[in-house]
Amino acid sequence: MSEILLQIDGIEVKAKEGMSILEAAQSAGIYIPTLCHHEKLQPYGACRICTVEAETGGRTNLVAACVSPVQPNLVVRTRSEKVDKTRKILLEQFLAHAPDAPALQDLAQEYGADKDRFEKESSFCILCGLCVRYCAEVKKKNAVGFVDRGARREISFIPEIASKECWKCKECFPLCPTSYLQAAYHLTEALVFPSPSFEPASEG
Amino acid sequence: MANKKVSTAAMGSSKIDKIIAKYQGNAGSLIQVLLEIQSENRWLPREALDKVSKKLKVPLNRIQHIVTFYKAFSLVPKGRHEVHVCTGTACHVRGAPRLLDSVQDLIGIRPGETDLDLKFSLETVNCLGCCALGPVMVVDGEYHGKMAPAKSEEVLKSYE
Amino acid sequence: MPRINSPAELEAFRKDIISKRDPDKPCIAVCTGTGCLALGAAHVVTALKEEVKKQGLKTKVDVRETGCPGFCERGPLLVIYPEEICYLQMQPGDAQEIVSQTIVAKKVIDRLLYVVPSTDKDEKIVQESEIPFYKNQMRNLIGNNIKIDPKSIDDYLAVGGYSALAKALCQETPEQLVNLVKSSNLRGRGGAGFPAGIKWEFARKSADKTKYVIVNADEGDPGAFMDRALLEGNPHSVLEGLTIGAYAIGSHEGYIYVRQEYPLAVENAGIAIKQAEEYGFLGKNILGSGFDFTIKMHQGAGAFVCGEETALLMSLEGKPGEPRPRPPYPAVKGLWGKPTNINNVETWANIPLIINNGPDFLTSIGTEGSKGTKIFSLVGKVNNTGLVEVPMGITLRDIIYKVGGGIPEGKKFKAVQTGGPSGGCIPEEHLDIKVDFDELAKVGAIMGSGGMIVMDEDTCMVDVARYFLDFLSDESCGKCSPCREGIRQMLKILTNISEGKGREGDIELLEELAEATGDASLCALGRTAPNPVLSTIRYFRDEYEAHIKEKRCPAYVCKELISYYIDPDKCKACMICLRKCPAQAIIGGKNQIHVIDQEKCTKCGTCFEVCPDRFGAVTRLSGEPVPSPIPEEARIIAGKSKKDE
Repeated sequence: MSEILLQIDGIEVKAKEGMSILEAAQSAGIYIPTLCHHEKLQPYGACRICTVEAETGGRTNLVAACVSPVQPNLVVRTRSEKVDKTRKILLEQFLAHAPDAPALQDLAQEYGADKDRFEKESSFCILCGLCVRYCAEVKKKNAVGFVDRGARREISFIPEIASKECWKCKECFPLCPTSYLQAAYHLTEALVFPSPSFEPASEG
Repeated sequence: MANKKVSTAAMGSSKIDKIIAKYQGNAGSLIQVLLEIQSENRWLPREALDKVSKKLKVPLNRIQHIVTFYKAFSLVPKGRHEVHVCTGTACHVRGAPRLLDSVQDLIGIRPGETDLDLKFSLETVNCLGCCALGPVMVVDGEYHGKMAPAKSEEVLKSYE
Repeated sequence: MPRINSPAELEAFRKDIISKRDPDKPCIAVCTGTGCLALGAAHVVTALKEEVKKQGLKTKVDVRETGCPGFCERGPLLVIYPEEICYLQMQPGDAQEIVSQTIVAKKVIDRLLYVVPSTDKDEKIVQESEIPFYKNQMRNLIGNNIKIDPKSIDDYLAVGGYSALAKALCQETPEQLVNLVKSSNLRGRGGAGFPAGIKWEFARKSADKTKYVIVNADEGDPGAFMDRALLEGNPHSVLEGLTIGAYAIGSHEGYIYVRQEYPLAVENAGIAIKQAEEYGFLGKNILGSGFDFTIKMHQGAGAFVCGEETALLMSLEGKPGEPRPRPPYPAVKGLWGKPTNINNVETWANIPLIINNGPDFLTSIGTEGSKGTKIFSLVGKVNNTGLVEVPMGITLRDIIYKVGGGIPEGKKFKAVQTGGPSGGCIPEEHLDIKVDFDELAKVGAIMGSGGMIVMDEDTCMVDVARYFLDFLSDESCGKCSPCREGIRQMLKILTNISEGKGREGDIELLEELAEATGDASLCALGRTAPNPVLSTIRYFRDEYEAHIKEKRCPAYVCKELISYYIDPDKCKACMICLRKCPAQAIIGGKNQIHVIDQEKCTKCGTCFEVCPDRFGAVTRLSGEPVPSPIPEEARIIAGKSKKDE
């Protein structure tokens, strides 16, 4: 693996080919905030809180540090007016889901995000996917997954698998940046395993 | 086309086996397999999903994501008549929202739903590509073009 | 049918087909594309075939079911060869007359011809190519649609089909082909406009034994059907282009990814693949060149985002269509991790033309940065709805007025929306810009795949923005948050504005959300999602302000902001609106002035539409209170004549 030289926040950083900007920054002790990232899991690139400015060949783009590979001569800025503005509004949108989540509150303070800027959403989940990916990649149980798409995307347990696997594991609970996951699990539990279909019970 | 038979029972498992065999049990064919089951059976019963999961060795949570991600799949039985209201851009600027409102009022269900008598299922489609006819409503594959709210009542009344 | 094993055999076979066809034999070509079928073209074909049989002309006349020539507005349509007589809005009942008059007696039937609108004397046009809708086009790609039966490979061969494949495989090296496409400056027709030759070169240079080529026929833009018309109307041209591309890139396996909402395209492409295999244009040792290539078809299951190339790859692999980050680009790491080249249907269909006629064929047409022709689907509030193929560089005004015939019912043009849900709305003041990739981008729109939706004074631009955001909020894959949450919030604000709940500062908040969504989203869907919002704010800010400040919808579209009102001075108590009102919201009776019960009214607009023009009693109000109904005792119309009922 060849070595790649790039610049992060004015500091020369040596990285290995194939590394992400996030990994390169972490190796140099430079902090980039993350929500959906987990060292045991494949990079995911969903929350975009790790958005940074990346300049190459005279062009500057906002990229997600966790899924963007390092390139020679890349100039990365982990904080800038644009980066901060983007993170702020992303946080405000997350806070509409989970206004009291400590992980979000800490970041909100840093970026001056207003938790009341947007109307409250019904679901606490910010769809970081940590639970889904941890269950699939680390535990290989696939007890929880995504359903639907777009604004209706959510997480959902597979009752038959959850009833067998989850009660003794629950390793995903502490990963959840909001308290949504636990609630979703308990809801599933309450709905009595196994439910006849994936549809909500009201569908009959 | 007027009287499609409604099947609420799970389709025969041998039929599902056949479809899976056609794609040589290849996990990459998951969507094609599900599409064929959907088209044969007009909805995807839970038993069918379990079977596909086992045979193609795809975890159920991924199947669950796929059948809710793609619009072609239905997890509930469909009514005898499938009503599609086009909400493509051309139909939209030609008054599709008002058409959809009146169709919803007339049959008492919203898009994605089937009425309790299993008579009508209502869906919106993003474009049928016959924009010259807009606004368009399709019932059981039959096109009804230049639909006004008042006209939709006449059309829907003709279906039993 | 024996396999064709060499270019020489192909030419001999082609000669044989042509020699068996009498150019003077009358042929009735009926469009059986999706649009005309929806209008009843199948019944027209049946009637014509029966009539031909009845009149004992079965061996003397051909009835051909063809692809879509584009003039959907006047379908079902047919063209009679060799005279090229074009008849419009056909009914099965016309069959008898067509056969006995036009075919047998060689007489043109006047009433089925195209009438030039707004001329004093009814000027009628006989020949298809003389109709203004066609005359102002340049139909290099779709011109053959009406000439061939898409289910017949022989028809394609008769118009010169597969000669480009023979030339490419047997006279050119892959490198030469890549250079040829590069020098033609062909830019991808799917939306981004990336140079096709450069894309090919990347894939060619990726060192891997296994590579894939893919036709992106997941045409999901609402109001766009260019790719469908090509794939269902002339599928072999797409297969031929794909096969040439495969050879140039070094791929032996191709896919057509087509949306299942296009059943006829699926059917015709499937038939075409089978025929091409039988003839030896697909399979092993194609035309004796030693090149092997197969094509599989994959149906999309209903997800707009799968038109994005990385989402398409995920879907092909049997996964949810969630885009993945680029780099790595598909040319390096695509389907199943192998180098993959994806082009859209129209791009592939251009390839045989370039090979046959040289790169100048494309570079001689168009503007500096955009060469060749482009197909648009011209829809919405325009007289000639249909599919149009025009040279790059034509003005929007020419497309809408010369080809499209202008706005119906004497209404005023307001905007044209190009580029699908990620595109922008262009106002009157920019109608004279030249249509190409770069010019459209300059005015805040995009070429996209070629949807062109015309909007008139009755279109509310806030509603249009809300419509597209609603579409995108449903069609976003939902994985990355700037797209999912940004669209969710923008949609909420737009919905509030259209419902009269808009607040000061909403426009600025929309702009802030749009910026974050556009900058931070992973794929093109999210990155372009703000376009409909930003372009409508840019050009129609006054409409936003009317909604927010005056609670008024200037186009009378936003239901919550409008009311219907019957002017008591104009109402003649004709009972028409009263009977037609689906909500039974109209109070009145014979000789009794009608009044709308505003509580019951669903604002469907039926009363407004059915009130006879000569009365014009139903009016729309917005931003002002509804006058209180006149007292019951004042509603009686005395001495009303029967005539007015």
